[in-house]
Amino acid sequence: MTAKTHRQDFKAIAADYGQRYGILIALALVCVALSVASEFFLTQRNIINVLRQASINGILAIGMTFVILTRGIDLSVGSVVALAGVVSASFATTSATAGIAGAPYGFYIALSIGILVGMAAGWVNGVLVAYFNVPAFVTTLGMLSAARGLTLLYTGGRPVPSLTPDYRYVGTGDVFGIPMPIILFAVVFIAAFLVLSSTRFGRHVYAAGGNPHAARVSGINVKRVRMMVYVISGALAGLAGMILAARTGSALPQAGIAYELDAIAAVVIGGTSLSGGVGQVTGTLIGALLISVVNNGLDLMGVESYYQQVIKGMLIVAAVMLDQARHRHA
Amino acid sequence: MQPLLEVRGLTKSFGGVAALSDGHFTLHPGRVHALCGGNGAGKSTFLTIVMGIQSRDSGTIRVRGREVSFSRPSEALAAGVSIIEQELSPVPAMSVAENIYLGREPTGLFGRVDFNGMNANAQDLLDSLHFRISARSLMMDLTVAELQLVEIAKALSYNAEIIIMDEPTSALGEAQADELFAAIVRLKEQGKGIVYVSHRLSEIFNIADEYTVFRDGRFVGEGAIGDVTRDSLIEMIVGRPLTEEFAKTNSPTIEIVLQVAGLNAQNSVKDVSFALHRGEILALYGLMGSGRSEILERLFGLSPDLGGEITLHGKRVTLSSPSEAIRHGLAFVTEDRKVSGLNLMADLRDNICMARLNELSTLGIMRRTREASAAQRMIDAFGIKTPNDKLVVSGLSGGNQQKVVLGKWFLTEPGILLLDEPTRGVDVGAKREIYRVMSDFAAAGGAVIMISSETDEVLGMADRVIVMRDGRISGEVARDALSANSLLHLAA
Repeated sequence: MTAKTHRQDFKAIAADYGQRYGILIALALVCVALSVASEFFLTQRNIINVLRQASINGILAIGMTFVILTRGIDLSVGSVVALAGVVSASFATTSATAGIAGAPYGFYIALSIGILVGMAAGWVNGVLVAYFNVPAFVTTLGMLSAARGLTLLYTGGRPVPSLTPDYRYVGTGDVFGIPMPIILFAVVFIAAFLVLSSTRFGRHVYAAGGNPHAARVSGINVKRVRMMVYVISGALAGLAGMILAARTGSALPQAGIAYELDAIAAVVIGGTSLSGGVGQVTGTLIGALLISVVNNGLDLMGVESYYQQVIKGMLIVAAVMLDQARHRHA
Repeated sequence: MQPLLEVRGLTKSFGGVAALSDGHFTLHPGRVHALCGGNGAGKSTFLTIVMGIQSRDSGTIRVRGREVSFSRPSEALAAGVSIIEQELSPVPAMSVAENIYLGREPTGLFGRVDFNGMNANAQDLLDSLHFRISARSLMMDLTVAELQLVEIAKALSYNAEIIIMDEPTSALGEAQADELFAAIVRLKEQGKGIVYVSHRLSEIFNIADEYTVFRDGRFVGEGAIGDVTRDSLIEMIVGRPLTEEFAKTNSPTIEIVLQVAGLNAQNSVKDVSFALHRGEILALYGLMGSGRSEILERLFGLSPDLGGEITLHGKRVTLSSPSEAIRHGLAFVTEDRKVSGLNLMADLRDNICMARLNELSTLGIMRRTREASAAQRMIDAFGIKTPNDKLVVSGLSGGNQQKVVLGKWFLTEPGILLLDEPTRGVDVGAKREIYRVMSDFAAAGGAVIMISSETDEVLGMADRVIVMRDGRISGEVARDALSANSLLHLAA
């Protein structure tokens, strides 16, 4: 083999790695740059802070990954965060006016209710998308509005305050110094990773997203798969809503506004294709971390939050451009 | 006579692998020149370079003696070279005229599109070609054959002298293909040169004047069609002498495995009754739209129950979903592997295992070693050419893709194989292997229902043929009474 082909091989391999691990490399570079720019970045307290900030968006983004893998989209997660938060909080409040009769109930009951509310919203989305063929964009746009409306109706527009200490532990507690939101995010990530990589349902998700016709002919119940992914997304939105309420100590009816955008951004930055069938939750994890690290870094450097939004927008588009380049080469 | 197109020593490699190492081709005016070769022979690379879609590494291309180097398709079009691709890309909601003049609509005052002029021009063009298509009809209302004809009209609207047709009949029935051939003959008379790419040898012998064969990226030979026999052309394409084209080892028994009585299906398929025997290859023959595919879709649970009885091994079954059909030992190789056969974004292993996930998992958890060994078994059994089973299937040739689909279904250990156009877009070598697989499957006690638009294939493989016309059975022919004439007579 000549030196020229060696060099070509090396270039090809480097390009391949660049495309495959581009986001991870970007994350690493940003971290290195920030640790040079600010001595505070690499402190334990700041790292935990970054992870905690990533956790709610990360949990939503993992649910979103399932949906996007099947060629769908879930715009309703931000509103479901608020709805599940207030309903669940109303079972765990010591306030005499804001709670449901008999509140506070045990925190297991309150948490289960929150997850169930999220699943119910996801189920409605899923049934409409899978069985009534309403486009996912339209269905979940409707749910975005309806769930927000239900939240305001349920609370009369007022927060649900005075949550029990048990309940608040979900947002503020820690195990061996690691905050609960981070632990829950890790558990959700590992579970989602295993489901997508090692279960029959995971194979169904990729097949239904990659080519729904071929999946159907192969005996896969594509409609059921499509419904299930919205239920998963809804359940995780419910969980995220409760973490958010527990962290702040009261459930706000205006919580979670525009959260769907950050969740979609994390999925897209993580390399999951919006046309379905291709992507991993590891990418989504990195995407969520990247968003959080960039926000944190800009905070540390004292950049105005308005600029942060501009930079995040550029990040999303750049990530998709990278993804397009990858598909062109493949 | 000066050639229209003259290509010499064209080379192209991708990442160190030569896709084309000696592209050589000569096209004269008023001729149909068949470009032959198996999947991976370098035809597509050759065509994309000629059209300016890809760049070449070396070699020359001359159009009417003038050396050219197109860097984009629009330059090729401007020089009179146009291509009708295998996969058509119409804008469905636009009219025929709008599609023909897409991107160069005639405009009038203030840039307003001159629809009347455009429609009139398009209609003149269609009429001059004797295409019975209205310029004002919408693309989505046309048949696939009509779409092909519109593409030809579009190519000619650029004043193309050289028209490349890549598998133009792959989606056409026999009668529609004849319409296309009539159009090709008229183009010849006008002195146009046609590069004709097809895996269907009978078409090549029917329509082409000359041939050029590529194999493994190299030019192997050229000549007049009149000077070559079918067998010697196949030998050139495949690169080795061949045994019998249709290897038939099965013979039907009297045991009935599937009985269909009074079956209705979508698109007004009415009152279809037949029996399928163990060891039998039964062909459903008919024109496009005669209801052939609808019967298989109904049997596989892909379309709703519209009445009729289905009996499998003496037991009534509903077959109301694909998973039920698979449980009963049916397997369905669909008409279009890209649309409904493969998950093109997934690798070989996932595709092969796709219809067998229940058996490859325990309590919903996939067993990776079982998946890997199942995939390897099928790769070996069908001789799929791939470095490993983690290759994404979109990177495989058509023949290998079709073998992946067959592998997926053989993994389910079926008793009845439903094959809809099993050799479409597959080269002669792979075709023979597919025939062998079919025949061995039936010989081992399976039963096959096959749909094919290629009469040769039906005559070569079928033990019995059921001919469909307008959604009903119009006749049945046993193997010893089979002839192309009897089939066409019943079908039309």
